Amino acid sequence: MYRAFRALALAALALFTLAPVYVMAMSSVKPLRDVQGPFTWWPSEITFAPYVEMWRTVPLAAYFANSAVVALCAMTCSTAIALFAGYAVSRYRFRGRRAFLATVLSTQMFPGILFLLPLFLIFANVDRLTGLELINSRAGLTVTYLTFSLPFAVWLLAGYLDSVPRELDEAAEVDGATPLGALFRVVVPAARPGIVAVAVYAFMTAWGEVLFASVLTDQDTRTLAVGLQAYATQANVYWNQVMAASLVVSVPVVLGFLALQRYLVAGLTAGAVKS
Amino acid sequence: MISKKRLPYLLLAPAVAAELVIHVVPMLAGLGMSLLKLTQFFLRDWTRAPFAGLGNFAVAVDVSAPVGADLLRSFCVTLLYAVLVVTGSWALGMLGAVLLRRPFPGRGALRALFLVPFALPVFTGVITWSFMLQRDTGLVNAVLDADAFWLIGGNSFASLVVVTIWRSWSFAFLTLTAGLAAVPPELHEAADVDGAGRWRRFRSVTLPQLAPVNRVLVLVLFLWTFNEFTTPYTLFGKVAPEEASVLSIHVYNASFSTWNLGLGSAMSVLLLLFLLLVSLGYLWLTSRRRRVPGV
Repeated sequence: MYRAFRALALAALALFTLAPVYVMAMSSVKPLRDVQGPFTWWPSEITFAPYVEMWRTVPLAAYFANSAVVALCAMTCSTAIALFAGYAVSRYRFRGRRAFLATVLSTQMFPGILFLLPLFLIFANVDRLTGLELINSRAGLTVTYLTFSLPFAVWLLAGYLDSVPRELDEAAEVDGATPLGALFRVVVPAARPGIVAVAVYAFMTAWGEVLFASVLTDQDTRTLAVGLQAYATQANVYWNQVMAASLVVSVPVVLGFLALQRYLVAGLTAGAVKS
Repeated sequence: MISKKRLPYLLLAPAVAAELVIHVVPMLAGLGMSLLKLTQFFLRDWTRAPFAGLGNFAVAVDVSAPVGADLLRSFCVTLLYAVLVVTGSWALGMLGAVLLRRPFPGRGALRALFLVPFALPVFTGVITWSFMLQRDTGLVNAVLDADAFWLIGGNSFASLVVVTIWRSWSFAFLTLTAGLAAVPPELHEAADVDGAGRWRRFRSVTLPQLAPVNRVLVLVLFLWTFNEFTTPYTLFGKVAPEEASVLSIHVYNASFSTWNLGLGSAMSVLLLLFLLLVSLGYLWLTSRRRRVPGV
């Protein structure tokens, strides 16, 4: 009885979860006529043309490059900054420690739209006063994205560094290393899985963001998320190519996530489970 | 040589600077902007915009005028949307997590599969859904043998709810799975010895043990859904149908179609105030009820 229910319920959940994945994969190898008529479960013939043509239909390569540059820069900066902050929070007891953690976490829940309007104005005025172009530039987007992933990154790394034995850095300091030397030579190698998990998270955050990218980019700096979205909501869409592009864009992220899910899950849920 | 006392602050400095520049300062600026008559004429030099006092707020909450009435409608849509998505995501996540608690062949594969919606970049998942929901070429009409419009009109709200649940139940599943793993197995064994059935065990052991996890999970899901922008924007494009015009989309359009950033800021401040009140009230209520043995 229970086994039958379990099988049925899990099958239903799996179908619901899998449906878009199936549609994405199948449609990406369909010829155009298949996606312009009523939906079919199988391609009338399997073709990889969409994977070739998609680069010409939309400036996908440019979007790809923009997203990659922004996401990689945001990832690197966010991980480095979070590593320093996480190390401070994990290894030192100082005035303002709790306030810092609470502030950082509470920024997570505020509506993005609340930051967007003033940030847009601030960027516009920085541009006017100093000539430093932040709107429609990859730099402005990078700075924005790195702070989006920062709160969770700090939180996760602080927790992860707590699990790295303190004796390690003490031993290194006895051997004459400075605290920073100990961090890089002893703590970082021991905390590598946590650091990689944070990096993947920061990359995912930047890779999929739409709200700020839709306002802070123009034709030349458009990211994948906004570019594909804009194309997919047009009237006449080559859906097989859109699906092929979506698949190409998703695969690295999903594989990275699944490979590191153990560490990410530990961090994502640490706050919820502990409190 | 850096002193031991100053080192932690130096280590924190970059994080604090980034938070200040992107979060704290814009938030304060947003508060200030909501008090200004900040229309397109003052965009380049917003310090010259005239002070409007609470004028923007008065316009936003005046439900007898079109602007206020639209905002109120959008607020109601958003509230219903958030409640439905939180309930649905939590229920599905709980179901999945409980059913996958004990090992059986295929459990690992299912667990990985259930994480895919959360791992996929939001826009690719939602773009695929928008293809599935197309009237003439989509999977949904093919399965239902219908020719309904799913992305405009009354159905668009249902579409938005289902698509959002598709993504966020995966996060609920992830959190609850981790929460369940932390429940000591002895509790279930003791309930077994007492002859408790599955439903009874779920109510008397699992639910109380998960109470702290649920407390945070429900709040986080609610806040995320209430602020959700990517899903409706990707699903509907710039102009969401009236029935599915949630607040983030509404404020976005109100701000960037007319460039009245003062009014837009006032609306976001109201949104923030509402969320703060709900969060504080929720945390206060749930902390009073939290006297469960063993928690």
